[in-house]
Amino acid sequence: MKPVAFWGALAAVLAAGLALTSVVANEYYYNALYVILQATMMAVAWNILGGFTGYVNFGSAGFFAIGAYTTVALNKALGLPLPLLILAGGAVGGLVGLGLGYLTLRLKGVYFAIATLAMAIVVETLVNNWSYVGGAKGSYMLTPEKHLWFDSYIQMLFVVMLLLTLSAVAVSRALSSSRLGRGLAAIRDDEVAAECAGVPTLRLKLVSTTVMGAMMGIAGAPFPYFVTYVEPGSAFSLFIAVNAIAMPMIGGTAHWLGPVIGALLVGTTQEIVKVTVSSEMNVLIVGVMLVVFITLAPQGIVGVARKYLRRRAA
Amino acid sequence: MFSADLLANAVVSGILLGGFYAAVTIGLAIVFGQLDIVNIAHPAFIIVGAYVAYILNSHFGLDPVLVGIVAAPVFFFAGALIYRVYFFAFERTGQESLSGLAFFFGLMFIIEVVLILIYGVDYRLVQADYIGQTWRVGFVDFPLRMLVPFAVSLALTVAIHAYMSRTFIGRAIQAVAQDRVALQLMGADPVRIKQWAFGLGIATAAIAGSLLIVIGPVEPSVGRQYIGRVFAIVVLGGMGSIQGMFIAALILGVVESMVSTFAGPSWSPAVAFGVLALTLALRPAGLFGRQ
Repeated sequence: MKPVAFWGALAAVLAAGLALTSVVANEYYYNALYVILQATMMAVAWNILGGFTGYVNFGSAGFFAIGAYTTVALNKALGLPLPLLILAGGAVGGLVGLGLGYLTLRLKGVYFAIATLAMAIVVETLVNNWSYVGGAKGSYMLTPEKHLWFDSYIQMLFVVMLLLTLSAVAVSRALSSSRLGRGLAAIRDDEVAAECAGVPTLRLKLVSTTVMGAMMGIAGAPFPYFVTYVEPGSAFSLFIAVNAIAMPMIGGTAHWLGPVIGALLVGTTQEIVKVTVSSEMNVLIVGVMLVVFITLAPQGIVGVARKYLRRRAA
Repeated sequence: MFSADLLANAVVSGILLGGFYAAVTIGLAIVFGQLDIVNIAHPAFIIVGAYVAYILNSHFGLDPVLVGIVAAPVFFFAGALIYRVYFFAFERTGQESLSGLAFFFGLMFIIEVVLILIYGVDYRLVQADYIGQTWRVGFVDFPLRMLVPFAVSLALTVAIHAYMSRTFIGRAIQAVAQDRVALQLMGADPVRIKQWAFGLGIATAAIAGSLLIVIGPVEPSVGRQYIGRVFAIVVLGGMGSIQGMFIAALILGVVESMVSTFAGPSWSPAVAFGVLALTLALRPAGLFGRQ
């Protein structure tokens, strides 16, 4: 995609989102869109490590919850406003991501994947035992009175999430098309060969895990305001981790557009199923879609589309 | 807080718990330890086993452990079928590292959600005469709901160990683990042997599941707590060594029991991952490593 078309598309989406807030008042739509955007951002973040670099992260929910609980803790301790809380969530998530990056020195492949799962469960155990943020019982968040010029708080949260997600997509695209992105792809294809060819593998992996962690922390930071009641069960939900893996795998992991397509497809399907069938079915559907897609179309939708375009061009 | 009988009871219940962990892990010790297939859905199959025991126990009053043993062949065929799908979709094309992992992750998630859809998130339990009884030796308690799973698990471990080292197929499975190309040159089909071994691994999940529900009530998401445990045990035991796996299971059981007695049960989920992280950092080959 050409830079002009890309930035034009981002601006158009943002304008459409802003226009929506002055036309539609029904809060359901903002709730649904917020959920889809949050999942998109998580998918884009997961893909930076999983798709570009080839390291599987099962602990996405852990990073998400780190962002959410940073908000809970700092809001309780200092009463910071939302933009600062988002920055803080990103900073803490990024730091934990950096730590995870150093793990890749010793742990490759499946051991790394299990270590990320381990990290999520260890963090969950810590939060369960940390009574200041509510422990296992959870804690309530008061919705602030002020919401800029928007009609309701959820409208503002929706626009905030839209901005964050679009930024994440821009970062992901910039990463994948840069020199750094080619280095990451080299690591994914053959880490030893990349190292021999002079690719600074550790530094690149650290960038990759840090950006991923920061993005997931940022995605989780507004979550307490969205749900107004956070407990470890919802913040560390396996559903979040499954979505973060399934959406890029369904959309296609090699291209920055893959997780966006996957997230929009799966997220929209989930919202429709939630309304028309049941909320349990909407959880099931992502698991089924994941297994069906990786079994039948391992390169995802982007891969299938590319193959089709190539055949038509030939 | 610290006293001799508390310590003795913690150690004994840790050993009983660890023995049960061996039954939970033995299938993965074959599948992951020998075949290098990262079946993170293994605990989910164990939960299915627990629900099978629950259904037949509550409807027909059958003994849960007996149900587990009878259900094992059915699990064997289900496992063989899953391996076929896994082989054709991922292993044949060399996609197992990313897609294969995601495949089992998705499978685990589907199993959990389907169980929630059918049975809800309520805890289910089984009835059997021995579940409420406790033997007392001195000041140490031996609750039968722990002792029976320990004994069955020990028998299962001995049986699998004998099978792997004495029978033709068992040795063939170990041969696949060591060198699959050499096996192919001998005229054996590694895919069929791996399919058999994977089926065997899943079959043990039926028995482990029935033991799990004898120990305590089960709901669909408890399987997740076992992911860390089973991988910690396999890695600590040294990938594929059955004796090593059993000793590692006992170690984890005792450590977990100590932590939960002296620090509180809410900390015990982190123990397995602590053990796993320490093993990977200090001695990645495990206690009885194959390399």
